Amino acid sequence: MDEALVIAAHGSHLNAESSTPTYDHADTIRATGAFGEVRESFWKEEPSFREALRTVDADEVYLVPLFISEGYFTEQVIPREFRLEDWDPELWDSDGTSATNATLAAEDTDQTVHYCGPVGTHDSMSDVIVQRAESVTGDPDVGEGFGLAVVGHGTERNENSAKAIQYHADRIEERGRFDEVQSLFMDEDPEVDDVADYFESDDIVVVPLFIADGFHTQEDIPEDMGLTDDYRTGYDVPTTVEGHDIWYAGAVGTEPLMADVVLERAADAGADVSSAIEQVREETGGAKPATGD
Amino acid sequence: MDGEYVDALVATAPDGIAFDDLHVAHNGGGYTFQTPNVDHSGIDEETLRTVAAESPHVRNWYFWHATAPQKADRWAFLRWLEDAEQRDVAERYDALADGIAATWGELHLSVTLSDGERTYSIRHRADADVGTSALAAHDDPLDAREIAKHDDDGGYRPLKTAPSLQTGWTFPELSASEFVTTVDAFYPATVANWHREREGELDVTHWRDTVDRQTGIYGVVKTWDRGDGYEHVNWVAEACCDDSQCLKRREWQYDEETDLDVDGGSGEFPCREPCSLVIAGARQWTKIEGETSQTYEFELTPSEKEQIEDIIDAVADGEADDIREADIYEGANRYRTRFLRAKLFDDEGNLGGVETEQ
Repeated sequence: MDEALVIAAHGSHLNAESSTPTYDHADTIRATGAFGEVRESFWKEEPSFREALRTVDADEVYLVPLFISEGYFTEQVIPREFRLEDWDPELWDSDGTSATNATLAAEDTDQTVHYCGPVGTHDSMSDVIVQRAESVTGDPDVGEGFGLAVVGHGTERNENSAKAIQYHADRIEERGRFDEVQSLFMDEDPEVDDVADYFESDDIVVVPLFIADGFHTQEDIPEDMGLTDDYRTGYDVPTTVEGHDIWYAGAVGTEPLMADVVLERAADAGADVSSAIEQVREETGGAKPATGD
Repeated sequence: MDGEYVDALVATAPDGIAFDDLHVAHNGGGYTFQTPNVDHSGIDEETLRTVAAESPHVRNWYFWHATAPQKADRWAFLRWLEDAEQRDVAERYDALADGIAATWGELHLSVTLSDGERTYSIRHRADADVGTSALAAHDDPLDAREIAKHDDDGGYRPLKTAPSLQTGWTFPELSASEFVTTVDAFYPATVANWHREREGELDVTHWRDTVDRQTGIYGVVKTWDRGDGYEHVNWVAEACCDDSQCLKRREWQYDEETDLDVDGGSGEFPCREPCSLVIAGARQWTKIEGETSQTYEFELTPSEKEQIEDIIDAVADGEADDIREADIYEGANRYRTRFLRAKLFDDEGNLGGVETEQ
């Protein structure tokens, strides 16, 4: 029988656009025909995590969390709500940014579920951050003369949240493409409010490591950085703040290349999707040669 | 037309076919072919092909085995739509020629036969009698995701089964498989749970078990149950799960032994556990219901007391926006309410000038 891909995302009771990136990436993958079925599921919307599997015909499911960090949601909520028998975070053998996958049975449907680490800590996420920088600047070679800030929530609710941000900032810095790379946070130092203090480059691309645009990425961060006094009036890209041109990218999760990371997670768990990966990379601008790792 | 359904019938005949009053077999003496009106035995393949090509029973058999989605719940849903367990093939094909319709939540579903093939369509039940050309036509089942996102006023619908589905659209021509996908995009998992219920396999998770598994910011809801009754859960169900708020039929109760006292609704498809909106509401109620009640003293005229009741009713029933601007006879009218505020609130917004914290 065909294999299915189920994407698990947060969703929202309040924000209609929270689900949009999930739908978009699912559609991209659906169009490749790599899976017999592609299903979106949500913590706050429907189909719920509890009931998504029963809507899927396939006996074998690749379950990929569209979440940024490893921790509460990926280690507790999703396995519990999907009723994955015998789940234990140890099965991922992760240091907080190195989750792999585990094959488990779903208690209510008996399906075989390959439960994958979240998109946010997959290595290919670094490529998406860089691609986001290219998208917002309109420059496929952006890097020289530019600083890159990767922005995250911080550790208030989840210590791994900051780890994922730092992990990708370090990886991108090692590539030497940008003059400077810095991780910044909303609720701890180094704070995104002081973005101009952390860079010498005239131009700074700011990429928030969030799945969907919403309150944090559209209201908090632009106001915190001084792009605008009131998010409702909007801001220019770039906006000059304290002598630096700030290229604010919005949530990285809206970048079309994110679909590739979802597929990479499934591929790591054994899904035969290499041609789909190639196709998605080509369609979403991620077809360039590997960038240094 | 000697279509692929005839080829399929000939290929399958040696295994024997018995489905919806069609019986076909192949043995040493040739083929047998039986329907309520036709009875052949010992016929050769050419005759079988001629007979089969004209038989609605063969088209019907082919549809259910080669065209309809085979997942048990999707298949059963399509059978339910045309009442296949009650009507025989002849009766059904007569009805299908005119079209068979059913309601699923706010969806108006229909299936029609043309040139022997089933075609499915979906629109809002409020648009059941609207001319198709007056509705926006869609052919991609996944468009339903976007349609389901907002109500007619553009408000976000966090609950897919809220009775607020927008109108003005139609999926006029869907295949069987697209049809079920579209229904599932409007009302996710309703077909699967409806089928489980019909099979006696609905896995209901009651309030207590649902609350017990909550963690993180929702873990606090566990503390709302204090082992001294379930009246608070009655209130939750009355607030959130009434047919006026959600079209699922609530099957979950307080626990396995304790039914709630409020009506679960009359929806076609069941609700098998408190949803994320109920839990998010319960989190807030757990917090505010932990407060101790106090006695506040202020005076109202009888009309003012009734007006406050009218305002609560209008908001709770979602009717506040329907009250006409100049209808000052309605307690929840805006001018009436502004007058009440002007008279009874002090500068800090305290009702009757009485501070909340005493």
